[in-house]
Amino acid sequence: MSETLILTRRWGKPGSAALASYRADGGYAALDKALAMDPAAIVEEVKKSNLRGRGGAGFATGLKWTFLPKDVRPRYLTVNADESEPGTFKDRYIIEHDPHMLIEGIAITCWALDIHLAYVYIRGEFARQARVLETAIEEARAAGILGARLGGRKDFDLDVHVHRGAGAYICGEESALLESLEGKKGYPRLKPPFPAVVGLWGKPTIINNVETIANVPWIVENGGAAFAALGVGKSGGTRLFGVSGHVNRPGVYEKPVHYNLKTLVMQDAGGIVGGRKVKAVIPGGSSAPVLRGDEIDISLEFDAVKAAGSMSGSGGVIVFDDSTCMVHALARIAKFYAEESCGQCTPCREGTSWMEGIIEKIEHGHGTAEDVAKLEQVAGNVMGNTICALGDAAAMPVLSFVKKFKAEFLQHVELRRCPYGEHAWGLDQSTREALVGAVRY
Amino acid sequence: MTTPSSGALEELPREKVEKFDRELAGILKRYPPDRKGAAMLPALRLGQEIFGVASPPVQKLAAERLGISPARAEEVATFYVMFHTKPIGRHLVEVCTNVSCCLTGGERIFERLKQKLEVGNGETTRDGRITLREVECLGACGTAPAMLVDEEMHERLTPEKVEKLIGGLK
Repeated sequence: MSETLILTRRWGKPGSAALASYRADGGYAALDKALAMDPAAIVEEVKKSNLRGRGGAGFATGLKWTFLPKDVRPRYLTVNADESEPGTFKDRYIIEHDPHMLIEGIAITCWALDIHLAYVYIRGEFARQARVLETAIEEARAAGILGARLGGRKDFDLDVHVHRGAGAYICGEESALLESLEGKKGYPRLKPPFPAVVGLWGKPTIINNVETIANVPWIVENGGAAFAALGVGKSGGTRLFGVSGHVNRPGVYEKPVHYNLKTLVMQDAGGIVGGRKVKAVIPGGSSAPVLRGDEIDISLEFDAVKAAGSMSGSGGVIVFDDSTCMVHALARIAKFYAEESCGQCTPCREGTSWMEGIIEKIEHGHGTAEDVAKLEQVAGNVMGNTICALGDAAAMPVLSFVKKFKAEFLQHVELRRCPYGEHAWGLDQSTREALVGAVRY
Repeated sequence: MTTPSSGALEELPREKVEKFDRELAGILKRYPPDRKGAAMLPALRLGQEIFGVASPPVQKLAAERLGISPARAEEVATFYVMFHTKPIGRHLVEVCTNVSCCLTGGERIFERLKQKLEVGNGETTRDGRITLREVECLGACGTAPAMLVDEEMHERLTPEKVEKLIGGLK
């Protein structure tokens, strides 16, 4: 069986972002089909498809949709394009290469859920992507697809708008995103109530990731069962895996949701630069616990990665070769969480900075064995004690790095310096080629 | 805290305020009429574009037009890293050093730029040409290292490419 491509199949075609090109390839046929269907039947297909959220949590999309209270209106759709998890760089390419696929997914979702106003919350740094998406929305509106009559045929109005963030990782967390969309600082809300019940402006709101929504047209066109059949168990479809770090061919690879991690790294991404060895791999964005090089022969399916002690998260695979100082790598990750903690909860606000400080101290050769133990203790105290998942996201890399590479931390302590010295940090790898779908960069 | 006079709207040039109001009217169409406060982020961005900085008077202008307290505007302006409450250089160069960029040379690029421009993180060159800062993941990990120059993304950076980009900033 040849590989089925859902999301990347049009990437690289000249003018792929334009409406005419999308239509020429059969675009918006799924919307036509959906508009002839009973909305409840669409929800049923999405449930059957075993589509799970591609933003990081992997929650069943169809099930999430059923959490909307029956009689409360208006309802809103918010598409999460905040893509900020280090190692994650896929949604931007959906928007760059095929924005109408996302818009069609939004249109179908809104029809299925009786929603008349949708926002795409896109991170502020994606200025170009925001422009591409705004242009595409404008095109769809001018063509009568969006606006007063959905798809140009239904007495169902739908407005879609782009809302740009302004630089805050926390706004990828769904309730912080809602606060930001309401014009406030991004402080996560207590849950429950979940956004599907009390969301944007206190109304029921569905929040889905860009990639999640972009799958909806294919599901409607081909049926939920066909999507489910591409995956395994309770996870359907293909996924966009982003591979970065010390590989020969970094990029975005669309593969079945249960693709093998080792194959992805060693074959698709071309193996390790300079023929060196894999020291470690983070399989799902910087929050995911790190795996040792000998632990990567696993399926990337959500539950399989969980069983291997990590998480498939956002599909951002970060590869470290054997010249990497893991203490330095962790120091950089810890710095990120300290920088991005919103400051609302004490364990995270204080803990992230403490962890950053202790790791820096060890990296620079001033640490003690007690510091290594203290690091684990602080991480343990952050874990599970915050309103949102950022606390856990900060603690998980710390706990896993220390657990799996403890000898390296202790070596820093004993030598009173980094054993990698002026290590191979930032090897010049700019001659490498990146492969994003079929597009070469 | 701001000085007593710095919040005064009168400090802002009238023609720029008019421009702000015209463009804000377009932005407000995206939000329900009773939810104008949602436009706080785009309003501050607009103000920053027009006035060059999201200073306290600009925050106050945005707050007033949206019917929101100035305290809320200040809170938002100081929470998000893309808002500048104090003047910056004519160009803003932001280098990612997060993990994927770090593995491919982002830190080295940042260190070199600091030396070359003789500034520290977040500082502006003496001639006011460039403000340099280190930023978090830009979502360009596969094409790392990456940086933003005046909010436009540049990827697959090499020291030569960076040199050329910086040299081209007037």
